[in-house]
Amino acid sequence: MGRVIKGEVVIPGQAQGVALVSNEPLSFWGGYDWQSGEITDRRHPLSGQIAAGRVLCLPFSRGSSTTTAVLLEAIRNGTAPAAILTTGADFFFALASVVADELYTQAIPLIALSAADFAQLKSGDRMVLAQDGSITIEAT
Amino acid sequence: MSLYLSPRDQEMLAGKHGPAAKMAMSIVVRMAEVIGAPGLLDISAAHIDSTIYIGEAGLEFAERLASLGAKVAVPTSLNVSGVDEYHWREWAVPQDWAEKAQRQMVAYRSMGTVPTWTCAPYQTEMRPTFGQQIAWGESNAIVFANSVIGARTERYPDLFDICCAITGRVPASGLHLSKNRAGQMLFRLVDVPLGVQESEEFYPTLGHLLGKFALDLIPVVDGLAARPDEDRLKALGAASASSGAVALFHIVGLTPEAPTLEAAFQGRSPLKTVDVTMQSLREARRELTHASSDRLDMVVLGSPHFSLAEFRRLAPLLAGQQKHPQVKFLVTSSRVMVAAAEKAGLLDSLRAFGGQLTVDTCILATPMLPPEIQNLMTNSAKFAYYTPGLLNRQMTFGSLEDCVRSAVAGRVIRNESVWDE
Repeated sequence: MGRVIKGEVVIPGQAQGVALVSNEPLSFWGGYDWQSGEITDRRHPLSGQIAAGRVLCLPFSRGSSTTTAVLLEAIRNGTAPAAILTTGADFFFALASVVADELYTQAIPLIALSAADFAQLKSGDRMVLAQDGSITIEAT
Repeated sequence: MSLYLSPRDQEMLAGKHGPAAKMAMSIVVRMAEVIGAPGLLDISAAHIDSTIYIGEAGLEFAERLASLGAKVAVPTSLNVSGVDEYHWREWAVPQDWAEKAQRQMVAYRSMGTVPTWTCAPYQTEMRPTFGQQIAWGESNAIVFANSVIGARTERYPDLFDICCAITGRVPASGLHLSKNRAGQMLFRLVDVPLGVQESEEFYPTLGHLLGKFALDLIPVVDGLAARPDEDRLKALGAASASSGAVALFHIVGLTPEAPTLEAAFQGRSPLKTVDVTMQSLREARRELTHASSDRLDMVVLGSPHFSLAEFRRLAPLLAGQQKHPQVKFLVTSSRVMVAAAEKAGLLDSLRAFGGQLTVDTCILATPMLPPEIQNLMTNSAKFAYYTPGLLNRQMTFGSLEDCVRSAVAGRVIRNESVWDE
């Protein structure tokens, strides 16, 4: 078993996947291709990475108010991250998950971490998220 | 903290005001819980960004609400759509895209909204007033309404703005409340010459810099000696809401909630102070250009949508000239603004120049560019910021004058005189 951290549940749910981590916020509009799940903001450190099925860890969303709509398309299309970890309750990500639940009963879990816990996350870590906001992390 | 709902909120949530209001209220309530709001408050206007066609899910959401009989409860303007409804055939827009984007337009029009189809609603008759509680989507419109007008909106995303419009309610939190509108980061202009402050490029460049450093904090600019007009503040705000998540900025001595430095911070101390120097401005300006050559296929103006004043500035620059035959020259604006420019006689020189107009949308929101257009130039930091990622094309940033000169020459020309070291 790896170490366990506990975050604040923003949208509850269970998920698992490999972490994709950046300290840079991201706009999904112009930054996330919902047809492929690729991060396409060429200024972003995760540019070119596929976030579909990963546990995407970003401090918060940036810029355009269209981020929510892009994430909703990705959820419908099966190209969304398995879960998103942030440093505070991100309204834009949370809304996409709430609307996906209303339309398709298909929310993705969101958990807000303390800045200290977030700073310990590394891309490649395998993560298992539980309903109560606890995250089991196995470093690779 | 538990969420207080008024009797009327509870009725809506229970479906007593119809199924659309029930769905909208359910989303408003769940999001109010996510952010820990103590209750909801009334709004008296809304602006809907959900009109932008992204894909099937957004369309299904709009058509679900429309089919449930959704009607807005407050005067509501509409942001750009995914297609120029009557002119898309002149461009490379696929038929399937155009049809779906039009279905989305029909759905939002059916809800009793005003079909403004513009990202600059603050320059139409739907402009809010100081202190007015509103629910606005579209990042550049949000930052303009809060900062330049002093109306009050949170940074509402697509899909939520329409739920607020239908219920007439928003979570009582964030920028709706006076205490949350205080400045957080101080940006001091240090030795930035007045000539630079009076140049057009300074405003989108400063906005880009603010967004980059402030991210989602509230920046306060101190030391601005120039008196920018509204279109310059619009460019600044749009830039700051692209490189960052700025929803409100203050400029000391200029914007309505910042008569003094102390007022801008509501007597508190800045969390951080950043000195804005010529060096940091040059760097920010460089970041807005993504292209590495002077090749030019198209000049595009109008993000946010071109205003009447901007048409008035452009017309004399074009007079008596023609664009290079290999270069397209496009202005994006709203139907109302184009009609006003036509009436004022400002479009004749644009036509003679060989320029084109697109309304309802812009190059970022509709797939209109043919594949041979790869190298673009603009005076908009928002176009400059998003074009590489959204359209996978090269963009050069320059002044309006540089954009016109480049369109005539057929290659990128930039006047560096105010920026040279």
